[in-house]
Amino acid sequence: MEAGLSVLIGLFFAVSVYLLMSRQIVRIMLGIAILGNAVNLLIFTAGRLTREVPPVIPEGAVTPLEQTANPLPQALILTAIVISFSFFAFLLVLAFRSYQELGTDDANEMRVAEPAGEPAPPQGY
Amino acid sequence: MAVLSESVDISNAMIVAPVSPADWLIVAPTVLTILGGAICLMMRKDTAAQPRIGVLFLALLVFATGGLFLHVLDKGVITMVMGRWLPPFGIAFTADLTGAALAFVASLVAFSAGVYGILDVDGSGRRYGFYPFLLLLMTGVCGAFLTGDIFNLYVWFEVLLIASFGLLVLGNEQAQLDGAVKYALLNIIATTLFLLATGLLYGLYGTLNMADIAIKTRQFGIDGPIATIAVLYFLAFAMKAAAFPVNFWLPASYHTPRIVVSAVFAGLLTKVGVYALLRIFVVLMPEARFQLEDLIALVAIATMLTGVFGALAQTDVRRLFGYLVISGIGSMLAGLAIGTTPALAGTIFYAIHSIVVMTALYMAAGVMSAMGGSYSLRELGGLYAASPAFAAVFLVLAFAVAGLPPFSGFWPKVILVEAAITTGHVWIAASILATGLLTSIAVGRVWVFAFWRGGPEGTPDGTAGAGALVAAPGLARPVVWLPLGVLLALVVFMGVVPEPMFQVTGRGATSMVDPIGYVRSVFGDSL
Amino acid sequence: MRTVIFRTIAPYLSALMVLFSVFVLLRGHNEPGGGFIGGLIAASAFAIYGIACGVAAVRRAIIFHPMSLSAFGLFIAGLSGLPSLFMRQPFMTSQWWYIHIFGVEIPLSTPLIFDVGVYFVVVGAISSIALALEERESD
Repeated sequence: MEAGLSVLIGLFFAVSVYLLMSRQIVRIMLGIAILGNAVNLLIFTAGRLTREVPPVIPEGAVTPLEQTANPLPQALILTAIVISFSFFAFLLVLAFRSYQELGTDDANEMRVAEPAGEPAPPQGY
Repeated sequence: MAVLSESVDISNAMIVAPVSPADWLIVAPTVLTILGGAICLMMRKDTAAQPRIGVLFLALLVFATGGLFLHVLDKGVITMVMGRWLPPFGIAFTADLTGAALAFVASLVAFSAGVYGILDVDGSGRRYGFYPFLLLLMTGVCGAFLTGDIFNLYVWFEVLLIASFGLLVLGNEQAQLDGAVKYALLNIIATTLFLLATGLLYGLYGTLNMADIAIKTRQFGIDGPIATIAVLYFLAFAMKAAAFPVNFWLPASYHTPRIVVSAVFAGLLTKVGVYALLRIFVVLMPEARFQLEDLIALVAIATMLTGVFGALAQTDVRRLFGYLVISGIGSMLAGLAIGTTPALAGTIFYAIHSIVVMTALYMAAGVMSAMGGSYSLRELGGLYAASPAFAAVFLVLAFAVAGLPPFSGFWPKVILVEAAITTGHVWIAASILATGLLTSIAVGRVWVFAFWRGGPEGTPDGTAGAGALVAAPGLARPVVWLPLGVLLALVVFMGVVPEPMFQVTGRGATSMVDPIGYVRSVFGDSL
Repeated sequence: MRTVIFRTIAPYLSALMVLFSVFVLLRGHNEPGGGFIGGLIAASAFAIYGIACGVAAVRRAIIFHPMSLSAFGLFIAGLSGLPSLFMRQPFMTSQWWYIHIFGVEIPLSTPLIFDVGVYFVVVGAISSIALALEERESD
């Protein structure tokens, strides 16, 4: 099972790296979204896959009665999902605003902050 | 549900020892900044009250981190595990001397920036949340310096990042959006790589507590996956710290926001990356650092040189200083590459020096543009005649950043060069010295053009064209001397009386190389 | 999008969703649910209302600026960690109070306060982003 998921994670990484190398901001953002999912899957797999019951201690007991699934990776993934979700929402607004302001979503043409062909600094008075 | 029957002994799962009020100091920096940021954000319409509340909470933060620093200096490493859960299960906050010292200096810088922001940030900037974002940025920075849990470190990085986005786009200008897009995309990729490495590390050791990982890496030694994890961590934090092949986001974005925002970023953000590198490669996996030594050395040298050559090629003062930030990162990485205790002390000293001096330089740039009306070396001029005192201040900062005595930049470079020569890293020593020389040329040129030259480009030497310079409103007012003065005093103090800094950074480096105190503080003295 | 049917139903649907979000928030301690999910449901309720009746109507309806809501959430979430310090326990240790009203025991706790904080943070942050996007669409 871990092997199968590993292949899937590899696929996710391949797709995201391909998208990240694009010049279009929208594609880069899709790449980031997929990269985040790849990492989440990886954490899930790194916590070992088990077909166990949820880690809930029944009423009256103080320890789990049988072996339970590992809750920590799930907590980590939940945190990571929440964070990447809010980042993605912010990035979406940012990309949209910059598309409105700059009129392009091509990273090569976004040269407002760093104009191309700046002259050399002064050499003397 | 939550009521445990009386017969159960909870001491195996929970901390039963009472927490002394002095230990509150360890959560105080994050709690204070969160509460202060929330209050400021709730009052976003009230632009008159915001600076007061913001500066008040930043002052409280300085007291909290200062108290924590003194406490750690006195008592050694202290730990608090959230929610009473026993480590390594609960999220631990562990403050050692390095983290506490960096947090203290960072909050001094943030306080200065808060005061400076009273003048620099106008009504719309305040409405868009300069003070809330600054406070939340400090939550992230202090959290990152004080946490003892590697996943929690990731969370603080994200807090810091999202606050920095808010600061970066304050004002919504075209150049800001342009810079922010590049900054945001590259930094998010870096934190995702950090998360990726953390996931792999968890898969390997089954723990996220830094002290626990430090024990386990020393127990099990180096293994195949650890090298992969180490390289991923190095790439992620090198991106954060703007080290050579992945530094392009910094010069693309640092000159776009308001100058006070640039000052805070230049002082704090990259240093958090350097701190994380120290934490990972010195405390958590020293074997991996040993394996990657040559790579780190190469990156360090390349970062120093690209940084300083980039600075030499700039006309805009802010971009010039941005490249100097990168060049300083190279010197810090050099200490990590050498890896001996004195070298690491040099890195910590350099980080503290760089936090203070880079912020001060950007603040000075703000004053320069307020007086001269521009950031361009072609248009500035005559500032010496306008204000000899300010020219002297800038000269001190220029000496400090170039590493000339008797200011703060001198000593860390001495330590690093000495450590490099004694361990046979001749190339590192040579590039630190060469970088120092080139840096003094770069900042010397700023001084010559902006201060010494009588006016804009084309003014012949000796012309007193400066009479025409009218002090612009805003930053040229005397209040600006308070934040600049605080930072300047630190620069001079660290340069003239370096002994306390040697003590603190030396002890900090020692406790990182041999983290027994760190581990004992988390797991008790039995280990 | 703005058909008569949708515009007529949207206010009721939004009201129902907000109510449901509070329900999800409160059941969250021991069962699936909680502040984050509840907040998302409430934020999507505001988004639907905004699509149907315009962003200005939403802003009027929630009275406070979304960012202020989120700041309020952050504030009480931060405060919820503090009581344990006064009990000489580490930060964020949960504290419970059992209150009897009409013979029913109601367990109140700091995690609940924290969860309410999370709810407000999520409502504020997500709806401010959603409203910003909806506003620009109509430009």
